[in-house]
Amino acid sequence: MTQQYEKAAAAVPLLDVRDLHVEFRTRDGVAKAVNGVSYSVRAGETLAVLGESGSGKSVTAQAVMGILDSPPGRITGGEVLFRGQDLLTMGAEARRRIRGAKLSMIFQDALSALNPVMSVGAQLGEMFSVHDGMTRKDSRDKAVQLMERVRIPAAAERAGDYPHQFSGGMRQRIMIAMALALEPDLVIADEPTTALDVTVQAQIMDLLAELQREYNMGLILITHDLGVVADVADRIAVMYAGRIVETASVHELYAAPAHPYTVGLLGSIPRLDHKGKELYAIKGLPPSLTDIPAGCPFNPRCPRAQAICRTDRPPLFDVAPGRASACHFWKETLDDAG
Amino acid sequence: MADATKQAEQAGQAGAPGQREPILQVRNLVKHFPLTQGLLFKKQVGAVKAVDGISFDLYQGETLGIVGESGCGKSTVAKLLMTLETATSGEVFYKGQDITKLSGRALKAVRRNIQMVFQDPYTSLNPRMTVGDIIGEPFEIHPEVAPKGDRRKRVQELLDVVGLNPEYVNRYPHQFSGGQRQRIGIARGLALNPEIIICDEPVSALDVSVQAQVINLMERLQDEFNLSYLFIAHDLSIVRHISDRVGVMYLGKMAEIGTDTQIYDYPTHPYTQALLSAVPVPDPEAREGRERIILTGDVPSPANPPSGCRFRTRCWKAEDKCAEEMPLLAVPSLYEGEDTPAAHESACHFAEVKQVVGAA
Ligand SMILES: Nc1ncnc2c1ncn2[C@@H]1O[C@H](COP(=O)(O)OP(=O)(O)OP(=O)(O)O)[C@@H](O)[C@H]1O
Ligand SMILES: Nc1ncnc2c1ncn2[C@@H]1O[C@H](COP(=O)(O)OP(=O)(O)OP(=O)(O)O)[C@@H](O)[C@H]1O
Ligand code: SF4
Ligand code: SF4
Ligand SMILES: [Mg+2]
Ligand SMILES: [Mg+2]
Repeated sequence: MTQQYEKAAAAVPLLDVRDLHVEFRTRDGVAKAVNGVSYSVRAGETLAVLGESGSGKSVTAQAVMGILDSPPGRITGGEVLFRGQDLLTMGAEARRRIRGAKLSMIFQDALSALNPVMSVGAQLGEMFSVHDGMTRKDSRDKAVQLMERVRIPAAAERAGDYPHQFSGGMRQRIMIAMALALEPDLVIADEPTTALDVTVQAQIMDLLAELQREYNMGLILITHDLGVVADVADRIAVMYAGRIVETASVHELYAAPAHPYTVGLLGSIPRLDHKGKELYAIKGLPPSLTDIPAGCPFNPRCPRAQAICRTDRPPLFDVAPGRASACHFWKETLDDAG
Repeated sequence: MADATKQAEQAGQAGAPGQREPILQVRNLVKHFPLTQGLLFKKQVGAVKAVDGISFDLYQGETLGIVGESGCGKSTVAKLLMTLETATSGEVFYKGQDITKLSGRALKAVRRNIQMVFQDPYTSLNPRMTVGDIIGEPFEIHPEVAPKGDRRKRVQELLDVVGLNPEYVNRYPHQFSGGQRQRIGIARGLALNPEIIICDEPVSALDVSVQAQVINLMERLQDEFNLSYLFIAHDLSIVRHISDRVGVMYLGKMAEIGTDTQIYDYPTHPYTQALLSAVPVPDPEAREGRERIILTGDVPSPANPPSGCRFRTRCWKAEDKCAEEMPLLAVPSLYEGEDTPAAHESACHFAEVKQVVGAA
C-alpha cells in the first residue's frame, strides 16, 4: 500500500455511526435507550465505549450488528456507515454479506453464545464451510489451527469437545477464535472479560490486542472498567442515558476530563497503586429511560448544574480536534481539571 | 483455650495492628466436599478440597481483605465462619471459644455477633417480603435485641443509618436499584449489632459510581460501630482501598498475608505478583512502562490439586523442590528478623520481593 493510498483509506472511517436512535416499547412506556449516538472507528484503532449499566452500550452495538431484539426494539433514526455505505438502507442481501464476513462480535457470556450440543471444532469448521465453501476436511484443519492460534493446549485432541468441557477462559478464547475466523475488518467486543478472573482477563486482552495488530482490525471494546480502557484503547466514548457525553483520546481524557460525569467516574474508582481517602461518589442514580430529565440528562446528579442545564439540552461541543463534550460548562470543567 | 493462644503465637502475625486482641482466630480450617458416584448407593470417589488448611486472625475494628481467583475457596471460608457449612477439621475461635464445636443456645449467641452481607443484591433479598420484614427478620430469631413493639422503629433507624428513606419500610425489593438493595442487605446485617461482618463480594454487582457510595457507607459504619470486616472480593483495587490487612488465597490455601502495604508494595509470593501485575491501572501514561506477568494455563481442579506447592503448574519460578515439598505460610528466611515490609508471611520456597504495582 502506498502511503498516499493509506491516508485516503484512513480518511473514511471503517465504521461511522451517526445520530443513532433506538427505542423499546415497554410496559412503562417508550424507553429511549439510544438517543443520538455518534462514533467512528478506523482500521487498526481501538475505540472504548464506557458507561454504566443501562446506558445503551450493548443496544448500540446490537443495532450496528443487526441483532437488535425487535420488537420491542426499533431503530428510529440515524445512519450506520460501513466504509461509507449505510447498512440501515442498503439491500438485505448486501447487508447480510457485510455483517456475515466483515463485522463480528464477541459477547460477555461465551457459554450462552456457543452451541452447547455441537463440538467446538465443528462450530469453528462450520464458519469456513458455510462462508468460504471449504471441504469438511479442510475446514476441520482450519478449526484446529485457529484453536492453536488462541492457545488452546492440545487443540487437535480437544476439537471434538463440547463448550461445557472447557474452562471459562478457554471458552472466551474459542469465541474470539470464532469472531476472528473470517478475518473481519471490525470486531465489537461487548464486555469480553467481565466474567473472568484478572489473570485470565490479562491473557485474553493480550491475545485480542495481538490479533488486532496482526489483522489491522478496528475494535470497539464495550466496558465499564476504566482500568481496561486505559490499558488498551486509543480513543474513548463515554455514554450516559443513551448519549455520548464525551469523546477524546484516552490520554486527553484521563489527563483532563471535559464532562462532569467523566470527572465523577474517574474520581470514584479506588487505585491499586496508592491508598486514597474517601472515594468520590456521584450522588443519586442514573435516570429511568422512560423519563429522562429535561435539559442535560445528568443535571440532577451534577455538582456543576446551573439553571440552563435544567432547560437546554447541551449538544456535543467541539473541545479540540477529535475531542467533544456534551456540557454547557465544558470549558470550566476542563480548566478545573487541568 | 491455652492451646488457642499458643497456636496464635505460632501463627505470628507480622504487622498485626498493635497489641490488639484478635476477635476471630482461624486455625488450620479445612472443608472438603465429597465427590460421589452412583445414584442409589453413593460411593465417595474423592473430594473437592475447597479449603485446605487455612489460618488467620481478625482484629477488632479492622478490615481483613481476602482476594483470589474464582473457585479458590473464599465463599467457603465465609460460610464456615458463619457456620452455614460444617468444617471438615480445624478451629475457629471467637473470643477464645471454638465455634465449630458449638451447638444450640451457645451457637445462637455467637451467631448474633457474626453477620453477613452477600454479593448479589438481586437474589439475596426475598422478593415477596417488604423491606421492613427483611431487615426485621433477624429479630424473629433474636427477639431479645428488639422487643416486638420497638421493631418498626428500629428498622426505620437502620434504614436511616444506611442512607435510605425510613418511609420505604413497606416497599418491596424490586422497587429499589442495585445499590439501594445492597444498602438494605447491609441494614439487615447491622440489625443485631454484630461485632463482625463477613462481606462476600458486597459491591461486585454494582456500577462504579454506586460502588463508591456503598464502600463509603461501609467505612463510615465501621468507624461508627467499631465493626470488624472480613471483606472478600476479586477486585484488588477495592480491597486495597478498604483493607488494613490482606490475605491472598490460591486453590484452598493462603499464599500470602500481610498489611496492605506489605502485600501491594512488597509482595513476595509469585502468585500475588502475577495477580497484581494483571490488574489494569486507570492511567494510560503507565501502560508502556508496566511489566505484565502473563500466567499460562488454567487453575487446576481443587479435586486434584498439584503435589507440593499448588501454584507450581503456573509458576515461572518453580523448581523440583516445589513439587516435592509443600511450602509453609511463614516469614521467608531471607527477611527473618529484618525490619522490612518484606518480612511478612508467604507460602513460597523462594519468596522474594518483586515490586509490580506502580514500580517506577
Ligand atoms: N430487549 C429489550 N427489551 C426492552 N428493553 C431493552 C431491551 N434490551 C435493552 N433494553 C433497555 O435498553 C437500555 C440500554 O440497555 P443496554 O443493554 O444497551 O445497556 P448497557 O449499557 O449495555 O448496560 P450493561 O453495562 O448493563 O450491559 C436498558 O435500559 C435496557 O433495559
Ligand atoms: N456445596 C459444594 N459442593 C461441592 N463443591 C463445592 C461446594 N461449594 C463449593 N464447592 C467447590 O469448592 C471450591 C471453592 O468454591 P468457593 O465458592 O468457595 O470459591 P470462591 O473463591 O468463592 O469463588 P468465586 O470467586 O467464584 O465466588 C470450588 O471448586 C467449588 O466448585
Ligand atoms: S450541562 Fe450542566 S448539568 Fe449537564 S453536565 Fe454540564 S454542568 Fe452538569
Ligand atoms: S514454592 Fe515454588 S512453585 Fe510455589 S510459588 Fe514458590 S517458587 Fe513457585
Ligand atoms: Mg451491555
Ligand atoms: Mg465466592
